[in-house]
Amino acid sequence: MATTLKPVDAVIVGFGWTGAIMGQQLADAGLDVLALERGPWRDTSTDFATGFAQDELRYMWRHHLFQNVSDDTLTIRNNTSQTALPMRHLGSFLLGTGVGSGGVHWNGQIWRFLPSDFLTKSHNEQRYGKKSVTDYDLTVQDWGVTYEELEPHYNSFDVLCGTSGKAGNLNGQVQPGGNPFEGSRSAEYPTPPMPQTYGPTLFGKAAAELGRHPFPHPTGNLSQPYVNNLGAQLGACTYCGFCEKFGCGNYSKASPQTTVLPYLMAKPNFTLRTECEVLKVELSPDKKQATGVTYVNSAGEEFFQPANIVILSSYILQNVRLLLLSGIGTPYDPATGQGVVGKNYAYQTMSSVNVFFDDKLINPFIGAGALATVVDDFNGDNFDHSGLGFIGGAYIAGMVTGGRPIEMIYTPQGTPAWGKAWKHAAAKNYLRSFSLSVHGSCMSHRGNYLDLDPTYRDIHGRPMLRMTFDFTDNEHKMSDYLTDRAAEIAKAMNPREIKLNRRIGSWSVVPYQTTHNTGGAIMGDSPANSVVNKYLQSWDVHNVFSMGAGAFPQNAGYNPTGTLAALAYMSAQAIVQQYLKQPGPLVQA
Amino acid sequence: MDKPKLDRRHFLLGSAVAATAGVAGALGAKVHDGELGAPPRTYQGGVPWQEGLADAPPGVSGTDYKFFTAAEREFIEAAVSRLIPNDEVGPGAVEANVPFFLDRQLAGPFGRGDHYYLGGPWAKGAPEQGYQSRFSPAQMYRAAIGAINKYTHANHNGADFAKLSEDERDALLKDFEAGKVQLEDGVDAKAFFTMLLQNTKEGYFSDPIYGGNKDMGAWKMIGFPGAHYDYREWVSRHGEPVPFPPVGFKGRPGWNSET
Repeated sequence: MATTLKPVDAVIVGFGWTGAIMGQQLADAGLDVLALERGPWRDTSTDFATGFAQDELRYMWRHHLFQNVSDDTLTIRNNTSQTALPMRHLGSFLLGTGVGSGGVHWNGQIWRFLPSDFLTKSHNEQRYGKKSVTDYDLTVQDWGVTYEELEPHYNSFDVLCGTSGKAGNLNGQVQPGGNPFEGSRSAEYPTPPMPQTYGPTLFGKAAAELGRHPFPHPTGNLSQPYVNNLGAQLGACTYCGFCEKFGCGNYSKASPQTTVLPYLMAKPNFTLRTECEVLKVELSPDKKQATGVTYVNSAGEEFFQPANIVILSSYILQNVRLLLLSGIGTPYDPATGQGVVGKNYAYQTMSSVNVFFDDKLINPFIGAGALATVVDDFNGDNFDHSGLGFIGGAYIAGMVTGGRPIEMIYTPQGTPAWGKAWKHAAAKNYLRSFSLSVHGSCMSHRGNYLDLDPTYRDIHGRPMLRMTFDFTDNEHKMSDYLTDRAAEIAKAMNPREIKLNRRIGSWSVVPYQTTHNTGGAIMGDSPANSVVNKYLQSWDVHNVFSMGAGAFPQNAGYNPTGTLAALAYMSAQAIVQQYLKQPGPLVQA
Repeated sequence: MDKPKLDRRHFLLGSAVAATAGVAGALGAKVHDGELGAPPRTYQGGVPWQEGLADAPPGVSGTDYKFFTAAEREFIEAAVSRLIPNDEVGPGAVEANVPFFLDRQLAGPFGRGDHYYLGGPWAKGAPEQGYQSRFSPAQMYRAAIGAINKYTHANHNGADFAKLSEDERDALLKDFEAGKVQLEDGVDAKAFFTMLLQNTKEGYFSDPIYGGNKDMGAWKMIGFPGAHYDYREWVSRHGEPVPFPPVGFKGRPGWNSET
């Protein structure tokens, strides 16, 4: 039986980026805060020190920092006519666990979504007609929050991370050297952009010759030392080429460990418990309020932790499952379109173009997670979609994040995967090739959703989450169009040859694509179309707040972390400034 | 033979292990092992200082085989020597010691399927649903090697796979890759081939601490300098050859030596 513990003001479920941000914000407001993390404590000097951090086998291929799926995974299928089967091995996305979670092994790509991205339905309807947002059974929505409302909170995350970059739009004025398409920023980046290596430089030159607008990728791999607003110190990146899938041994990549924890862990009103997995949010008899959470620790002991506020800050797949298991909100039914929890699951539509030179040494091992030159000319609604048959877009990045040889050897079109021909192609091309990444949006679709699996159960006996997902024709058309735009830039670099890796066929769980899962606990302006309001507060249970990319009603053509962090800051501000004074719905339904 | 030397990398790894051993006492086990679940802990009042608890990489030692039988080892050498053959361009998988790497991987947590969900029920599923076998990797290798030899016995005059010519082995491997061969004992030939090829490349290109990539030959072949830490002075030197010879976690031959 569960042991009942001493009540706390706020319990935080999951301790990655949003858990750390909420912990800091709520503890600073004087609340007694407890964070529960199902994985272990992790820190730079113990878990990914410089002496052994650059280990491709251990971290990437043996999943040393990732969620171990052996006792808890999810089930997957492309559509409702299939039987979902367990994801038995990580592939398409690499789930985090432990303190810092995905914030430890991310690339550090820090983006803001475009102002029009928050108005996916109304903006596209207005410009391209009503059909543009319902073609292919799309179920896109507006977010219920605007870029302008989020801007100060985007800025808070930049100040926390020390983001390196160059503003392209400062207080409404377009700036040379930055992204001219971005929404207006209230401040320049805290640190200057990283200097670019050879590959990204060649990309930028070719893109400019074609009339595109290249700029350095905004990055949480810092170009110079930085002390943030919490007194945490970050060092300059050394370009070792082991960012994504790895922890940074050099305190150069913004993570909860490098930006928040030294400050937060010292606060007397903050407590962290590791190896504690929340099983369920407990509700009052009328189901209008949460009374706390039930969790089980790695010793098998079960506890009830009473709390006035419950912050769900685990990864989106866990957050959505917890909502479903706890009976918070009505589950989505794809047959009727009714219900909201699990609705509008989306992903990221990725493709790439490899470029091969004879005469240029790219030296791909000199890299960093967000070391890239980017063009944003074909992202969101930065270009006219008339007659194209799709909405959305992608950024195109000439990107060299590293040259890790098990994962990142590019071979020309037609090269077999093994044998002498493969070996010779690897030896010839490794130093002289790199890849352009096409990082595309993914609109929401009536048939793409999350629910509880009827068959498979986790180690605690709870139903696993079931993911039903496939790319729609909108995504295929967008990705083909964008991949062609990337190929134009690739050709303009005058390489020996290029290889197009188009987004073909159904979504597969096997090849790594990106850990940008979104939706399922979406935000909006009404309980009829969303799970949470603009402050990430549950419409149904007012003291439950659900963080993360689960709130995205569809996914834009950018990496999600900047936006989900901004949403967390906005939520924290609303809790501190409004909710604590008068607990109840922050938006009237 | 080289006499043992204490170079910088040995020192870095060794000090982590030595400090750990001091805490663990006679057991000699690692106190901090990121793969092993930890007891529940409560943290309050600051970032904990965990001296000597570095989660050092689980390198291998010795030269003996722990998983493959002699016959299985013959199969593996015959297969991986075709996946990555030896020639003047660079080492083959056998020359890079990939069979030994595979043996130690299969004898350890990877072989046990530590990061696989293997619970039932089991269905074949669509290709997009990925690995759906009940076998752990070690079970898969053992079953597949047996099933492939059964197949070659029936189709190649009673010969083991290892006794076939290079061309015959290449043809069979291509058929496995394409999913054209039905094997017995519940083995999915394509799933096994996919795993074998991936693991072979892992052994070829991973840090030598895991037993493959002998003398960093695979890194030398492509020009990867290994686990270098700082390239700052090279960021703006576009197109220049980076002259560093490869370095692994335990340094490189000749580092700190008398020569």
